Amino acid sequence: MAKGVGITLSDVAITFDSHCVVDGANLDIAEGEFICLLGPSGCGKSTLLNVIAGFVPATGAIKAGGKPVKGPGVDRGIVFQSSEALFPWLSVRENVEYGPRVRGVPAAKRKASALEYLAMVGLSHAADKFPAQLSGGMRQRAQIARVLANEPSVILMDEPFGALDAQTREILQREVARIWRATGTTIVFVTHDISEAVILADRVVTMTAGPQAKIKNIVSVDIAHPRDLSSPRAIELQNILREDISAEVGRTLKAQGLISENAA
Amino acid sequence: MSSTDAVPTPAAAQKAGLQGRSPSWLLNMLPGALSVVAGIVIWQLMSLRVAPLFLPSPYDTALALIELSADGTLQMSVAASAYRILFGWAAGVVIGIPLGIFMGMLPVVRRVFDPYIEFFRFIPPIAFVTLSVIWLGPGEISKIALIFYTTVFIVTLNTIAGAKATLEMRLQAASALGANRWQILITIVVPSTVPYMVTGARIAMGNSFLTIVSAEIVAAQEGLGALIWNARNFGRTDWVFAGIIVLGLLGLCFDRILRYGTTKFLHRYQIRH
Repeated sequence: MAKGVGITLSDVAITFDSHCVVDGANLDIAEGEFICLLGPSGCGKSTLLNVIAGFVPATGAIKAGGKPVKGPGVDRGIVFQSSEALFPWLSVRENVEYGPRVRGVPAAKRKASALEYLAMVGLSHAADKFPAQLSGGMRQRAQIARVLANEPSVILMDEPFGALDAQTREILQREVARIWRATGTTIVFVTHDISEAVILADRVVTMTAGPQAKIKNIVSVDIAHPRDLSSPRAIELQNILREDISAEVGRTLKAQGLISENAA
Repeated sequence: MSSTDAVPTPAAAQKAGLQGRSPSWLLNMLPGALSVVAGIVIWQLMSLRVAPLFLPSPYDTALALIELSADGTLQMSVAASAYRILFGWAAGVVIGIPLGIFMGMLPVVRRVFDPYIEFFRFIPPIAFVTLSVIWLGPGEISKIALIFYTTVFIVTLNTIAGAKATLEMRLQAASALGANRWQILITIVVPSTVPYMVTGARIAMGNSFLTIVSAEIVAAQEGLGALIWNARNFGRTDWVFAGIIVLGLLGLCFDRILRYGTTKFLHRYQIRH
């Protein structure tokens, strides 16, 4: 597995149809760091992730491992929120083999590595099943294995557990933390769940409400793993983040005329 | 984890379903079978009230079927029509699928072919029967070409729709995993489009039956269309009925074979019938 690389965003601005979605984002992500992008829906955090993935063009400089990002690349794997991103006509193992296959890795070798990564995410028993035969949690595990099989130095995760039930989500959060430690990759994880961010991240990046979203605050989570959300420091951090976010939600609602000026 | 996010295995679910289904299988068939019997009874009752030339009875039709198959006319007609449909349809599918994929994926190709597709889709194949015979002769090629024409538009249009409906997220996932444009086309767009191709091919099969009858009426000595039309010369409405019934059964057969084949061999592409 490739060692994690750093990511640098300098003055990144994203414009869709002359609407400025994200404006002037600056962020330095260290090698092997776990970053959570936290914010209310529509704040542009997923868009920012898509820019790092190379799916969405942006102005400013985006570098991963010192190299400018010009488009999608195998150094940056992405786990989507929707498990529709899996290829339903391929078995789970064939999905995991997809990256190595298009890169020309010989069949025997890529099968062995697919089985290894399926074991890492606890899906060995489901290797020959099709995505439609799996539960939501298992499909997200399959997506993670598919990304790992490409041995990326950065893993981008776009609310990967947003559609799962609370119990499955908790289990998968622990799995991601374990995989992150085992592989040493850099992870950028988008979420709107404050406790998820506090459990997982080295640093939590909050964003202002869009349009023209900016990076609002960066909070270091200085708690040793495994983390307990009910510890005093964890509660304190969650409160800080909650205030940041609710101020932004309030601004959005005021902008939409849904609450009056003095209510927020 | 397996205790929290496991689902029942589909194999087990299927087995349970099959076991539960075996007694009700006959029950499911029953309404259809009764409906066919009722239809034949009503046909029989109606034919009692009018002259056989106006409406031959089911019994007369059965006799006509025996008569037509005794000298091989029926078998030859079925073979001739089936041959033309199969070849014309297969050629239409083989050409229509890649054309649709390229038109769906490459706007330039779409813009080049679009005026023709948009124009000719409104011209029914029957309009070309005469031209087809003049240009391609009275032999098999003219009929096969008409079936090809019938098929190729439907398959192309369905394939274009399928290629354009490929989920953006899957294209992004593939490119992030290292696939180049050509690999994305072959490994993502084509498999995503398979259900649309199958739908197009099935509709085209139905339309091929419409075309073959008109083509054979105008320009063929044998075939089911010719059989139905020539019966007029002898005042044999029972032959017309026999031809119509065999035509319907042949279509039903082709469609069932197509359905069975796609379900069996293209199962993983999630085709819904």
